[in-house]
Amino acid sequence: MGGYSGQELTAIFVMQGFSGLSLFCVFLLMALGLAIIFGQMGVINMAHGEFLTLGAYITWLISELASTSPWLQQVYFPFAIVAAFAGAFLLGYIVERVMISRLYHRPLDTLLATWGLGLILQQIYRSTFGPREVSVGMPDWLMGSWAVNDMIDIPLNGLFVMAVTLIMTVGVVSMMYRSRWGIKLRATTQNRLMANAAGINTKRVDRFTFALGCGIAGVAGAAFTTIASTGPTTGSLYIVDTFLVVVFGGAASLLGTVVSAFGIAQSQSILEFFLSGSMAKVITLLVVVGILMFRPQGLFASKVRR
Amino acid sequence: MHDSTRKTPAWKRHLLAVALGTGLGFAGAAGAADHPTEKVSTTGLAVNDDTVKVGILHSITGTMAISETGSVEAEKLAIEQINAMGGVLGRKIEVIQEDGASDWPTFAEKSRKLLTQDKVAAVFGCWTSASRKAVLPVFEKENGLLYYPTFYEGLEQSKNVIYTGQEATQQNLAGLDWIAKEKDAKTYYLVGSDYIWPRTSNKIARKHIENVLGGEVIGEEYYPLGNTNFGSLINKIRLKKPDVVYASIVGGSNVAWWKQLKAAGITPERQTIVTISVTEDEVLGIGGENIAGYYSSMKYFQSLENDNNQAFVKAFKARWGEDSVIGDVTQAAYLGPWLWKAAVEKAGSFDVDAVAAASADIELETAPEGYVKVHENHHLWSKLRMGQWKADGQAEVVYESELIEPNPFPEGYQ
Repeated sequence: MGGYSGQELTAIFVMQGFSGLSLFCVFLLMALGLAIIFGQMGVINMAHGEFLTLGAYITWLISELASTSPWLQQVYFPFAIVAAFAGAFLLGYIVERVMISRLYHRPLDTLLATWGLGLILQQIYRSTFGPREVSVGMPDWLMGSWAVNDMIDIPLNGLFVMAVTLIMTVGVVSMMYRSRWGIKLRATTQNRLMANAAGINTKRVDRFTFALGCGIAGVAGAAFTTIASTGPTTGSLYIVDTFLVVVFGGAASLLGTVVSAFGIAQSQSILEFFLSGSMAKVITLLVVVGILMFRPQGLFASKVRR
Repeated sequence: MHDSTRKTPAWKRHLLAVALGTGLGFAGAAGAADHPTEKVSTTGLAVNDDTVKVGILHSITGTMAISETGSVEAEKLAIEQINAMGGVLGRKIEVIQEDGASDWPTFAEKSRKLLTQDKVAAVFGCWTSASRKAVLPVFEKENGLLYYPTFYEGLEQSKNVIYTGQEATQQNLAGLDWIAKEKDAKTYYLVGSDYIWPRTSNKIARKHIENVLGGEVIGEEYYPLGNTNFGSLINKIRLKKPDVVYASIVGGSNVAWWKQLKAAGITPERQTIVTISVTEDEVLGIGGENIAGYYSSMKYFQSLENDNNQAFVKAFKARWGEDSVIGDVTQAAYLGPWLWKAAVEKAGSFDVDAVAAASADIELETAPEGYVKVHENHHLWSKLRMGQWKADGQAEVVYESELIEPNPFPEGYQ
């Protein structure tokens, strides 16, 4: 890195740090929903990405409606996020009721069934919205960058995704550890029979938990329209990384998900800077595989009895 | 861009009668009576006194549907226009459409079905190089004829394929020459998605920059297909300040790349970027405001002002909806049926050997991109254009080269 001034290097250091942080937020936001569904319930939901896509399309639909008035265009986004959550939550609820609830003790069948569901949803999006990607009209306050000084530009959409991630994470953590539903969920996860015996309607807990995880995926989809593409297969861009983060973190641990998202995002971002994109991915995956060989239960294993 | 009106649903569009006699085409079609079936078809193709069957083989489902839809629309439009003019050798063209489903073995299987069961006289199809490589052995074994529309990496030539898009030297060299002169560029940064086409294109670009333009490549790197985070790459570009970034990022990654560039405060005034992977189709997803001011290097833009193109755009929109956009590959796909018709008429036969032999030197004065001519290596002579994107999703053509000879096996660039 010879030939660059100290000021330049500082600026790059700051922006590179930010870029790592925003990748962390992307990973965390998409992994949150899966951490609940896969981590707490043990359901391998291969259609998770398609719930994300649903959120993205709902955002797009609302942005199209809002594009009629410049004023609406500026304010629609928070409402789009709420709608994306509601839409994905609803679909998740129906899917749990119709499909997942019949497959709880058959994890491999769930894998296949949700994979099929994912394909069906993708094709439904393709037939409804067309195979081409759509462009979500962004309000002005989400476009461009915040110029801290001459050299440092912080992307506004990155800041926005960070804020959404923070709110969602705090929300999920407080729900899990500070609410009645959280107690019921943790009781169900730890010992379903005992939870049942204690009068917890575990079926209802399952249904709500699955729908909530899907709803969070919908929020992620809405937030990601600001930084990436919206198309029928958008969700599949994220699904592999999402599972990676959750598995690496330790399936049943929210803290593990956070730490693993941070670790993977930072190592990938730093390696990308010093090596190239493909090599960064290769090395990150090798490290993850290496660590999982020694700690098959992931970084943070919590003791779970099923 | 954000027009809320949507395309008419497919079933409705099909109800619209289509008889678009535009100014395209050659001299009036000869009647079938002048060309008895036993003479024009001696190898058992699906030709009778009234009709001739052809195949369309693209992905309607799966990840590639995003790109291939435009090609299907263009090929159907061309075939409908040819039929409205009386068909080929007095026979109406009948289309058998198969779905490659974004899956390369499926492409091979469907092409075998089209050639051996349906006995089609020609196939218009494929989009990715992977799908073309999968069907090539089938076309060579069954002696079929494929019209392939996509700009691609070159290094291929077959009697059984007519390449209507540009090969890599046609798409890269003239554009690099222009940008080097226009921006007085000395340093280049090459980025792409990690697969054969960007790598081959960049290999050619690098040789040209280093050996011909006397410039320097200060970075070359690839990101996995589907990568959605370009923060680190953008920081590197910001630090190294190349005169030109030369980009061939595709698919969903493409949208993330342009959106994040804009969000990082990079502007076309501060950073020149030339891409070889963005057509009007991609801009739909990227958003015109995110790419305005940057350049695309390819042979066709929807905004071309010649009469052929205006008629084509008008007909395309009348057939497929006012909101349709037409990208480089869509136009190249449109050429396929017309080039086939011209070759069949020149050969006086539907037989694949005769048509393939007659294809060399076929000229098309009516092509939307302007004049094209088939080279004996089965690629097209074509021009290279530089388009500068505008916020409305259309490009302004700022440079147009002379006709460039196709050279799929360029010496000194391997």
